[in-house]
Amino acid sequence: MSIELKNVSKRFGNVAAVSAVSFSVNEGELLALLGPSGGGKTTVLRMIAGLEMPTEGDIHVRGQRVNDLSVQQRNIGFVFQNYALFKNMNVFKNIAFGLKIKKWRRADIKARVAELLELFGLQELEKRYPHQLSGGQRQRVAIARALAPKPGVLLLDEPFGAVDAKIRQELREWLVTLHHELNVTTIFVTHDQEEAMEVAHRIVIFSRGNLEQIGTPREVYEQPANEFVARFIGVMNVLELDVCKGVARLNELEFPPHGLPDGQRLRIGFRPYSVQISSDLKAYRYRAILRHTYFLGIMLRVELELPSGLLIRARMTKEEYAFQGLDDGKEVSFQIRQYRVLAHEGERLAPEVAVTHDVPVALGEGI
Amino acid sequence: MAGALSTDTDTIRRRTSRAQSQRGTEEPPLIKWALIAIALAFSLVFLLLPLVNVFAQAFSKGLHVYWNSLIEPDSWAAIRLTLIVAAITVPLNVLFGAAAAWAIAKFEFRGKSLLTTLIDLPFSVSPVVAGLMFVLLFGRQGYFGQWLDAQSIKIIFAVPGIVLATIFVTFPFVARELIPVMQASGSEQEQAALTLGASGWQTFWHVTLPSVKWGLIYGVILCNARAMGEFGAVYVVSGHIIGQTDTMPLRVEQLYTEYQGAAAFAIASLLALLALLTLGLKTVLEWKQARAYALAQRAVE
Repeated sequence: MSIELKNVSKRFGNVAAVSAVSFSVNEGELLALLGPSGGGKTTVLRMIAGLEMPTEGDIHVRGQRVNDLSVQQRNIGFVFQNYALFKNMNVFKNIAFGLKIKKWRRADIKARVAELLELFGLQELEKRYPHQLSGGQRQRVAIARALAPKPGVLLLDEPFGAVDAKIRQELREWLVTLHHELNVTTIFVTHDQEEAMEVAHRIVIFSRGNLEQIGTPREVYEQPANEFVARFIGVMNVLELDVCKGVARLNELEFPPHGLPDGQRLRIGFRPYSVQISSDLKAYRYRAILRHTYFLGIMLRVELELPSGLLIRARMTKEEYAFQGLDDGKEVSFQIRQYRVLAHEGERLAPEVAVTHDVPVALGEGI
Repeated sequence: MAGALSTDTDTIRRRTSRAQSQRGTEEPPLIKWALIAIALAFSLVFLLLPLVNVFAQAFSKGLHVYWNSLIEPDSWAAIRLTLIVAAITVPLNVLFGAAAAWAIAKFEFRGKSLLTTLIDLPFSVSPVVAGLMFVLLFGRQGYFGQWLDAQSIKIIFAVPGIVLATIFVTFPFVARELIPVMQASGSEQEQAALTLGASGWQTFWHVTLPSVKWGLIYGVILCNARAMGEFGAVYVVSGHIIGQTDTMPLRVEQLYTEYQGAAAFAIASLLALLALLTLGLKTVLEWKQARAYALAQRAVE
């Protein structure tokens, strides 16, 4: 266990930025802290670095409690959102700064900086000043500077936030490669779920200072712990149903009550790809009008309007769409193949409920 | 790419349209030259002519008289006192100014806007009033007068009073130059230095100071010019004791009222020289900053 947070809270005055957060990071892991802005993820990162002190709780690094260690003593590499390069120093001096402070021998500093310049493809730029570099180059210098003193942990705050979309993609792949080569425990903060899904081994999802879920990209996508995660990671249809006479209902849609008594509300979610559509009106249980088709490349997203006016988003391949002879305005039948029972924010569900439920074919078809 | 593809006709069209738009906003040549002439004439009559006159008058009775006027004991004492006052005032204001600018730029606290306003106070108070305030505080009839008398500490009509009044009037210069520079650079660079293991002092020395260097030098130059040239506030607190509490500006006035024109202008020429030097340094600094900015712009493009 490389880093462990135990019930860590942070309050700024009366505002709780982080509330009782616990999670651990494995040695060599690449972890994303994901959430909307103001979710508390940057505060968590800064507390691990020692730039903020937790109001409550403990932070352990490699078994040692670091709460009382200063920033300087924690041996971390931190990359700031806007890189915070030293404007008055050239690339070489920026990277060498931490080594000079740690009183490395001059020859060792030269060798280490040269090594990093080569690793980061910055050899030609060592004499340049930060204002003479592009956004991508600045980021590489910032990471090289943070890594120079061989930190135990690398922390990055929104590492792709300050560069334009095209370079972002390159940098993501580059970060994954870099991490693979160096194998240093890395935590980065992002508000972009796609970025987190693509880069990280595991994702910690925050919302309003609370830890909502931690898991691999696949886990948080396929088994979202609650509605917030379900909505934040990818697209999900979320329905709120009333349980009545042993059946959960919303307009014409019916689901099993999953143990809830009459009068309670059941919340379910399903991904657009779980919706199966046919132009044969007898194929599936429900009817709807295909209202709008969005082209997303190889996949298409369609919007279904039920007779009651309820809207549902579905997803299918171009081939399937053509094969079924679908078009905007056409009446179709559909079926929800898979769904999940969702917890409300901050709520926990019984383990037998919080799984993906398959709809039995017999129950759906031909009725 | 677009440039490579654009044809000659494109270029021509663009050129003509630019010429037309220029003609649309440009004033007729007559107005342009009239404005330039007025501006030049004004600065010639009100700025350059008096300045030249100072030097002309100073050297009117020859180099020998000029030199003797400067080394005449009372004048020499005034020059020395002025240098001493500046030597005390400027470092103290650098210290106060840097501390105040740091506090305002990097921290959030109650009363921050009050502090910002207070820093500007000396600019809006007449220097004579500033001097008078110190007399009312530390003068023989002032609030602390009796107590100071009992300790036999002399502030008013002595060097400490002159230093106090000078500090007051020159207080804003360093702080006002530093605040925007410090605000612009934020505190991330300092935090980055901390994460790399630097102590507070190392961070200040290697990161903070270099990033505010030009602003600081600029503030020091302006502060020094004002410290040496201050008349009103110093006039009130100094008591005008010849050879003891006379600074250069006071000495100039003294000599002039005694009809020693050449001597008065000799000392005045030193002050004028200081002004020219200040302007020169200021221009060089501004040019350097502009060049650094242009360099940054070019790099971005």
